[in-house]
Amino acid sequence: MNSTTEEAPALPEADRVPAHAEGKRLSRGRLRRSKAPVPTAQSFKSRLRRDKQMLLMMLPGIAFLLLFFYVPILGNVIAFQDYQPYLGIGDSLWVGWQNFVDLFGNPDFVHAFWNTLYLAAWQLVFLFPVPLVLALIVDSLVSARVRKVFQSIAYLPHFLSWVLVIAFFQQMLGGAGFVNNTLRQFGMDAVPFMTNPESFPVLVVAQMIWKDAGWAMIIFLAALASIDASLYEAAAADGAGRWRRMWHITLPGLRPVIVLLLILRIGDILSVGFEQFILQRDAVGAGAAEVLDTFTYYTGVIGGGWSTGAAAGLAKGVVSALLIYAANKLAHRFGEDGIFAKKVG
Amino acid sequence: MATTLPARKTPASSEATRKATRKVVRKVKELSYNPKRPVWKERPSPLYQTIKALVLIVFSVSILTPILLVVSTSLADNDQLMRAGGFVLWPERPTLDAYVTIFKGPMVIQSLGVSLFVTAIGTVLALFVTITMAYATSRTVLFGRPVILGVLFTLLFAPGLIPSFLMIRQLNLLDSLWSLILPGIFGAFNFVVMRSFFMNIPGELIESARIDGATDWQILWRIVMPLSKAVIAVVGLFYAVGFWNSFFNALLYINDHSKWPIQLLLRNFVVQGSGAADQLGITTAPPPQSIQMAVVVVALVPILMVYPFLQKHFAKGVITGAVKG
Repeated sequence: MNSTTEEAPALPEADRVPAHAEGKRLSRGRLRRSKAPVPTAQSFKSRLRRDKQMLLMMLPGIAFLLLFFYVPILGNVIAFQDYQPYLGIGDSLWVGWQNFVDLFGNPDFVHAFWNTLYLAAWQLVFLFPVPLVLALIVDSLVSARVRKVFQSIAYLPHFLSWVLVIAFFQQMLGGAGFVNNTLRQFGMDAVPFMTNPESFPVLVVAQMIWKDAGWAMIIFLAALASIDASLYEAAAADGAGRWRRMWHITLPGLRPVIVLLLILRIGDILSVGFEQFILQRDAVGAGAAEVLDTFTYYTGVIGGGWSTGAAAGLAKGVVSALLIYAANKLAHRFGEDGIFAKKVG
Repeated sequence: MATTLPARKTPASSEATRKATRKVVRKVKELSYNPKRPVWKERPSPLYQTIKALVLIVFSVSILTPILLVVSTSLADNDQLMRAGGFVLWPERPTLDAYVTIFKGPMVIQSLGVSLFVTAIGTVLALFVTITMAYATSRTVLFGRPVILGVLFTLLFAPGLIPSFLMIRQLNLLDSLWSLILPGIFGAFNFVVMRSFFMNIPGELIESARIDGATDWQILWRIVMPLSKAVIAVVGLFYAVGFWNSFFNALLYINDHSKWPIQLLLRNFVVQGSGAADQLGITTAPPPQSIQMAVVVVALVPILMVYPFLQKHFAKGVITGAVKG
């Protein structure tokens, strides 16, 4: 097929790689970076004419990306300015790194930063393994009906908004909630599940498990289903018990998915869960619930410190980008595909 | 899809084959969905079985209890609520009083209207932008895959809260419902799902249409979209759920109470519980539990209604296939 693509200029249509071939190539890691046909100067004009309508189709998407993605990225320059809304970006005073210097001297920001890392560590340790364990259990079920019923229940909360999730938790565990009401009826003291700053990380992780652990299972289940069953059969015939089979077949089979999800998780680690925190910051206080995103929101939008907020947001964005890059490199080093070309919600 | 047609043309001769086919289908179903335990797999010990069952039951119950509690409490009558101390797990005499009350005030109806408008318009626009972009990039056009992958890679990062806010303000969209719609009309994940589906449509189909003189728009409308109904439905539902659930954009961009979507109303009324009665335009004393719960249910019901459709399509592997690719 490569030979046909080389002779493309003669046949204007032939250089469109057949779609199924393209799809196959995408799914195989090795070949992904093989070169796509590079437009030569000669064919560029004819290609432009031929693809006019296709390019037209891209316009709405490109307009969106420019307007709500790339231009706002450029808008981050206000992090280096003393931005005043009435002056605008053009006329505001340029202050260089001053905002960042101030930021790292600001105890609130430093607190938000460490708190973010603290909560992220909780999530990584206690949240990440849950979907994996659930998927292993579900995959081992023999009854298709039990499996289906459980999946129907487990996926549901993913589609509920954070506002609803917090409302549910409040009604169950809040000060006037169901559990505390019941405790009081039995003459016991109420437990401040929702307002105790110390136990806030536990609450946050519990909410995340409630909402998304079932959904995160879906990816592991797909990976488990793609493991060749004859491997298990052969291993069992050779006398491997269930734990040995899990260690030597299941977990190696899941390794690419686990690595991929870990990378995405690491890139996302500074966005510990914005809506969740903003919804509960009033209840537990800024001490426990202030993370980088809420700091940006309250300093910038509420407090009017536009430049400080933008600087905090930019610092977070840059660190996240570096983390993704580093994690991806690390994955390549371990012989995995990494995330290039892959993106999970 | 295509194979069912010839089978129907010859009904008499195919009686035996149909029986055989049905048998094979049943066998395949049995093997793929309900396999008897494979011979090489030992029965798990009772201990493991108990642990597994416990984990699954505890997880399911913890998900279902709050939902049941809220729905039941919203339907319970005052007597039972008083006796139970605020919450019931099962309404003895279900009543819709709470719903009648919240729909009397203007706030809930207004915010439902806002949410419905944003969801409907947003989903249509989002589908348009995503489908056109996904189709145009699914065929090699002008520039190759590296450019598209590069762009996709940048989408892993976010432009940041403050610059996005300033952009919306610059466009004069503050306090406009378009500020809830426009930032959500393109999602990288949905784009990838759609694009990888389009890439799996055989190129021959499109080539033959082009030879017959179809333009790219005609090909998209007449050939590609009819073949992609399932994925369009799923992506559309994803967008719809996203628009319905979005709360933070409204918190950022909308000040005017009459333009609050239902999620923001829910946050201010139930989660923060401030000045509830005033905001809802209800003049009764502090609202009983069931009124708060009724608002929760109003926000919940649309999701519950589309959930079976959403789920049916994951089962077909649309999403998992895309995730793998």
